[in-house]
Amino acid sequence: MNATIEVRNLRTHFFTRAGVLKAVDDVSFSVARGQVLGLVGESGSGKSVTGFSIIGLVDPPGRVVGGSILYQGRDLAKLSEREMRSLRGDRIAMIFQDPMMTLNPVLRVDTQMIEAIQAHAKVSRAEARTRSRDALGMVGIPSPEERLESYPHQFSGGMRQRVAIAIALLHNPDLLIADEPTTALDVTIQAQILAEVQKLAADYGTALIWITHDLSVIAGLADRIAVMYAGRIVEFGEAASVLDSPVHPYTNGLIGSVPSRNKRGERLRQIPGMTPSLLTLPPGCAFRTRCARADATCEQEPPEGTVSPDHVARCFHPMIAVPA
Amino acid sequence: MLTWLVRRLIQALFVVLAMTVIVFIGVHIIGNPVDILISPEADQAERARIIANLGLDQPLWRQYLVFLNGALHGDLGRSFVFNEPALKLIAGRMPATMELAVTAVLMSVVIGVPLGLYAGLKPNGLLGRTIMAGSILGFSLPTFWVGLMLIMVFAVQLGWLPSTGRGQTAALFGVQWSFLTWDGLRHMAMPALNLSLFNISLVLRLTRAGVRETLPMDFIKFARAKGLSPARVIFVHVLKNIMIPVVTVVGLELGSTIAFAVVTESVFAWPGMGKLIIDSINVLDRPVIVAYLMMIVLLFITINLLVDILYTMLDPRVRLETKG
Repeated sequence: MNATIEVRNLRTHFFTRAGVLKAVDDVSFSVARGQVLGLVGESGSGKSVTGFSIIGLVDPPGRVVGGSILYQGRDLAKLSEREMRSLRGDRIAMIFQDPMMTLNPVLRVDTQMIEAIQAHAKVSRAEARTRSRDALGMVGIPSPEERLESYPHQFSGGMRQRVAIAIALLHNPDLLIADEPTTALDVTIQAQILAEVQKLAADYGTALIWITHDLSVIAGLADRIAVMYAGRIVEFGEAASVLDSPVHPYTNGLIGSVPSRNKRGERLRQIPGMTPSLLTLPPGCAFRTRCARADATCEQEPPEGTVSPDHVARCFHPMIAVPA
Repeated sequence: MLTWLVRRLIQALFVVLAMTVIVFIGVHIIGNPVDILISPEADQAERARIIANLGLDQPLWRQYLVFLNGALHGDLGRSFVFNEPALKLIAGRMPATMELAVTAVLMSVVIGVPLGLYAGLKPNGLLGRTIMAGSILGFSLPTFWVGLMLIMVFAVQLGWLPSTGRGQTAALFGVQWSFLTWDGLRHMAMPALNLSLFNISLVLRLTRAGVRETLPMDFIKFARAKGLSPARVIFVHVLKNIMIPVVTVVGLELGSTIAFAVVTESVFAWPGMGKLIIDSINVLDRPVIVAYLMMIVLLFITINLLVDILYTMLDPRVRLETKG
């Protein structure tokens, strides 16, 4: 498989006063051209940090301490800041969770779009402006010519996210990292944005990493799903396979927590407890403190078990039998 | 915008009126100028003649009405001492104070903003910490002491700069200015620095706080994710956001700098309004004191108005119509 991005044994740690926080600890996956990877997990599972590690925007005290991030065979972790900057926004783009915060409130939309174009392409202001206008039209913003003159606060949340998406897609990136871009939006807008991004990614063969905590969002979108827990991928596989026959108890719990999956009148199922603090992770399986199936063996590091050719999980007590 | 402006001007009118009452009463409480102005050898008839001449035989409310009537006709009274219109006296001294205050405020921006930016970007570096420690000195050292020290070091010990007066002046628009000649600039250097020291510290701390607050914002990360150069991110995205509080404070400080240039002008024998007001208070020259205070009130009102207008240019979210 010709991967656009291949992450191997990525480790991103935060060196805080209280200790070393292993936000991303030995994470590996790859995404091919035109493919969609869903990166799922609770808050604090390290999914966003994984995204920031790829685009090289992990802020101190955080640092990528190990592993490699291969973009079309080049290791991004070894690039200089300057080389990384020329990829950022051009070949690798990112959209953020809260559209209210991603655009600079004191700069006009055209300023923010034109600078994004001119950062990577030697074009005149007028030419950049035309391209900006077309990009706004493409993501479904009515009368883009006038909207260019507006400030972000004159847009609704959904419209702002469209602007952010338009900016991210200005240079038809090879990889788009979407960090929960629909979480802050209305359900109807969510669906529109999802469809929009899916279509654009498919049109340009953009590899897409969709970070979310919401399995229902990812169900219809992702080709493959990686479930993260406490900095590690606990289950990885074909979307249908992971969603229909989850192997890891955590994945199972996540799927059970989706309201529509529960029968009316039944108590909503939930995963007991909270994500453990990354500073005081128990040895072995990090999920064992919240897991009904955990026993003494879980104090060991669970190995990666293969369920089917394209479905792996790290668990001693999988929900279905894993062939040895 | 126009309704807002009219409303503001009416508000300003009331402020001025209230101010005249307070000033008028206050000035009459601090002492009777008759004792100072009239020579002890003057006989009773001479005394009565002078008092009547100065209008001091009238009751206070009457004096106030006479003053108001005069003020409406652009006449703020005649100086008891110089027997000249108070306004003319102040206007004659104004250029000296203005050029000193404006230079001091300009210095506070030109020096304070870059230092604050640096301290904000490198909060843990040695230089960053040194800048912050230095700003505490700028805040807390008394102006007159710093002024004396400057004179001691640069005028007495090193002999680099002159310590008193405005030096050679040149005419512009019929007014004499020091900043137009090299000698004048040399004379202005120390007083201006002395006057700006507090403002430099203020602007510096404000800028640093703004940078620290703005840097972790999503829109800064998004700007970086677009692949913009660090210079563009800092000087456009960060700086434009922090200019709003800086402009407010600089605007207000311009007023106080003019009003409180008194100390610096006394130390450096700078022939400005501050020195005039001190002399006038010493001899209880009421019309000059009142006229000076009126000027300062008008100055503050004008500056506040300008700051509000400047606001709308910097922050598109501020709409003047909706403000009271």
